Amino acid sequence: MSDRESHFVALDELTVSFDGVRVLHGINLTVSRGEAVGLVGESGSGKSVTWLAALGLLPGKARIGGSATLEGVELIGAPPSTLDRVRGGRIAMISQDPASALNPVISIGKQIGETLALHRGLSGIAGRAETLRLLDLVGIPDAARRIHAYPHEFSGGQNQRVMIAMALAGQPDLLVADEPTTALDVTIQAQILDLIQTIRRELGMALVLISHDLGVIAETCDRVAVMYAGRIVEEGTTGALFDDPRHPYAQGLLGSLPPLSGPRRRLVSIPGVVPDPRLLPAGCAFAPRCPKRVSTCDSAIPTLGVSHPGHRVACFAEEAVVQEQARSHGYAA
Amino acid sequence: MGRFIILRVGRALITIALVVTFAFIVLRLSGDPAQIILGPEAPPEVLAAFRRAWGLDDPIWLQYLHYFGAIAQGELGRSMRDGRSAIEIVAERIPITLALTVPALVLKLGIGIPAGVYAALHRGSLTDRIVMIVSVAGFTIPSFVLGLTLVLVFAVQLGWLPSGGQDSWRHAILPILTLGIGGAAILARFTRSAMLEVLGQPFIRAASAKGVPWQDVITRHALPNAAIPTVTIIGFMVGTLIAGAVVVESVFSWPGVGRLLVVAVANRDLAVVQCILLLVAATMVISNLIVDFLYGFLDPRLRSAKGQKAAGGQP
Amino acid sequence: MTSANAEPLLLARNLRRVYQSRRGMFGAPSLVRAVDDVSFDILPGETLGIVGESGSGKSTMGRLALGLETPDRGSVRFRGSPMPMPSTAEWRTLRQRMQMIYQDPLGALDRRLPVLTQIREPLDIHHPREHHGNQVKAAEMLARVGLSREQGARYPHELSGGQRQRVVLARALMTGPDFLVCDEPVSALDVSIQAQVVNLLIDLQTELGLAMMFISHDLRVVRQISKRVAVMYLGGFVEEGDADDLFASPLHPYTKALVSAAPQARSTNRHERIVLTGEPPNPANRPTGCAFHPRCGAAMPRCKEEAPALVPVGRERRVACHLYPAATSDQTRAA
Repeated sequence: MSDRESHFVALDELTVSFDGVRVLHGINLTVSRGEAVGLVGESGSGKSVTWLAALGLLPGKARIGGSATLEGVELIGAPPSTLDRVRGGRIAMISQDPASALNPVISIGKQIGETLALHRGLSGIAGRAETLRLLDLVGIPDAARRIHAYPHEFSGGQNQRVMIAMALAGQPDLLVADEPTTALDVTIQAQILDLIQTIRRELGMALVLISHDLGVIAETCDRVAVMYAGRIVEEGTTGALFDDPRHPYAQGLLGSLPPLSGPRRRLVSIPGVVPDPRLLPAGCAFAPRCPKRVSTCDSAIPTLGVSHPGHRVACFAEEAVVQEQARSHGYAA
Repeated sequence: MGRFIILRVGRALITIALVVTFAFIVLRLSGDPAQIILGPEAPPEVLAAFRRAWGLDDPIWLQYLHYFGAIAQGELGRSMRDGRSAIEIVAERIPITLALTVPALVLKLGIGIPAGVYAALHRGSLTDRIVMIVSVAGFTIPSFVLGLTLVLVFAVQLGWLPSGGQDSWRHAILPILTLGIGGAAILARFTRSAMLEVLGQPFIRAASAKGVPWQDVITRHALPNAAIPTVTIIGFMVGTLIAGAVVVESVFSWPGVGRLLVVAVANRDLAVVQCILLLVAATMVISNLIVDFLYGFLDPRLRSAKGQKAAGGQP
Repeated sequence: MTSANAEPLLLARNLRRVYQSRRGMFGAPSLVRAVDDVSFDILPGETLGIVGESGSGKSTMGRLALGLETPDRGSVRFRGSPMPMPSTAEWRTLRQRMQMIYQDPLGALDRRLPVLTQIREPLDIHHPREHHGNQVKAAEMLARVGLSREQGARYPHELSGGQRQRVVLARALMTGPDFLVCDEPVSALDVSIQAQVVNLLIDLQTELGLAMMFISHDLRVVRQISKRVAVMYLGGFVEEGDADDLFASPLHPYTKALVSAAPQARSTNRHERIVLTGEPPNPANRPTGCAFHPRCGAAMPRCKEEAPALVPVGRERRVACHLYPAATSDQTRAA
């Protein structure tokens, strides 16, 4: 419990089911104040669902189990009034497609102003001044004129800046950015990542960055969790995990990424496809695609056991290796 | 924007002209007005005199030119029946029809929109299913069937309300209900699907994610967007205020514009028919124009698509 | 730009494609140069990668190369003869030799037919009576792109994105083309699936001796698959050269920014990112002179007035930038 309270946000055995199909299988993850945590995984791995569940943003048919606490206060099942104060005020979200995440018929100034009014009680002249300051902060040129413009009058990159301004309006302690640059061009992606980094540094805000792009995560986050089929399969500091991934899936993901320099090599491709959540294998969900699969993998589900300094891996093959190493070094009994 | 208005108004005028022309062609080609008005036994010389008096002897193109020229000057001709001005005849029926259609429109909006919104917000619930079943029934049952059913139940069986005529406000209740229920059903369905579409948009979740209470998400974020497609159908309903009650007026013997039209067509009373058609076309076109401008008001994307910069876009 | 010893399969000279665009419903029409004065060769069996951001004209380039669109100026020659006009008989015959792969395989497939039938279709059109032979060939191709017989019997929506793209690829290869244009073929796929399809494309290309134009915004994938790469900005090539060499030592300021902007997963590869200011360019509002100058850190007064030509710099590189005047013999350095 003390561990939980020391973290800003703690997810504990968080589960989600849709129509009786479990898509999230017990996520344990903590975010400390000011920390940048990355969630990486392919589509359907549950990285977005995790945070939507924690903030109560999933549709009504979703069944959520486990716990998500903010400074020790439970969010799962919390009354709407509590959640409305947390959303935007303590934890803000930005998403992949900024153009569709902004209301097309409300001017961006009003949309930012709405957050200011909700969480900081600012309206009228004070609200306008703060909106201008925020637009300026996120690099919208000529803010005084653009404040009345509508989302369709901005480019994708500018809309994402507006989204960020709107997120910052509530002065949140944590920003959850769900694929914030996926829909953007490479040079604009660099601009937005830069902006997020700068703001985070200046405001001391924590960040959860959800992305399928390993590079984006690696360059932005302190810590990273790799998700597969609704579970975290490896978690550790960014440096340790990306330079020496231990889980076969994490290894495969990194190997799938074509290098930008040095000799070309054949890409490590993970055979097969991500399993349908309705037809998960009995054991480890990755086993059918795994090159290192051992017999245990088909019957039991590995947990995130400590394996390396700075890493935790959920893999039986890796566990065996670590035990073997320990034995050969004479540490084991 | 000026360019846009001119174009839209121009298009509206062309539409009206086409309707008027079409009416002229259809009515003139479907039978001899002189024969129909004077009856099969009318002597030839009477028929000839009638034709001469009304210009029916002229070549059809000349009749058309006369007719069109007269309309352009606001002269819609006289009834071949009693020689009164067609405008006068039609105008005295308009309030009678509006006495049915305006309350019916209020009923459509007042029931249809809330029912649609409620069904969308409680998708899959029992209420949603009831609303959907009622609305399917509402717009698949023809208005004369609905009207006659209401008459059977409330006039014949229960004897609560009169079955026809226009003597008191009680006579208006059944026709208004008949008109209103069908329209409300259509509107409920439309509103529901527009609302569902909007509720599925990412910006709705984004609004929740920034802490907007659900009530306000609906009123401030969802409804203004859902209004955009719904306005089309409301515009259509406004367009039918004058001529949308033809069947219902016949069923309930309500002496409005619709009844007048039926009688005038049967009698080949050209001027009256044309006057009504012109009126109908004009209301449709005008309501369409209003819808277009409403779109611009509701949807900033269309405003700038029309070449007009949005409010803040001005230097 | 072309090694002298091989006859190019595709030869494009000074291509220009102009679209008419209106701002709003009644705005005055304006001309947008989607592709402007682009020349390149593709040798048999060679892959030319085209890199660029949205609005750079890279997809238009692909359609011009395939003859799906006719250039307003310039010409495309395939195997030495000019591209026939669209929809003529020659053009249709040529379609068998050149195929296109798009980003969205679901859109390219018929939802109502099992995928094996669709793979067989191009053969059925040309050899309607050899039903059995066609079926056998289609089944072979199915296996070649790594799909099982059982998957061949399924409908497109029953397959995953990667599997669908394999189907599209199999169908494109049925007529034995020697030129393939791939427009963002793996962009919609997850990383691990992307790697599968990229590996497959490389294998098939080597096996069948295909020439390819590979269009993508993803530098990594382009480098992996291409022998040569051209970087497009606002309708023109700003740099072209050997893929490895170009990404290792980009010369044009835009290429430099693009390469540095690609995020690196491993810490050892990390370097300082060049963050460009400004938005991606709008083809309808083209800057004067060098199209890149408003965003360029190295812009000189000259860049505002004079558009640089794409000139050879070094042995295997062409660059369009005033920083690199055309190489004279003493400036030429071995790479």
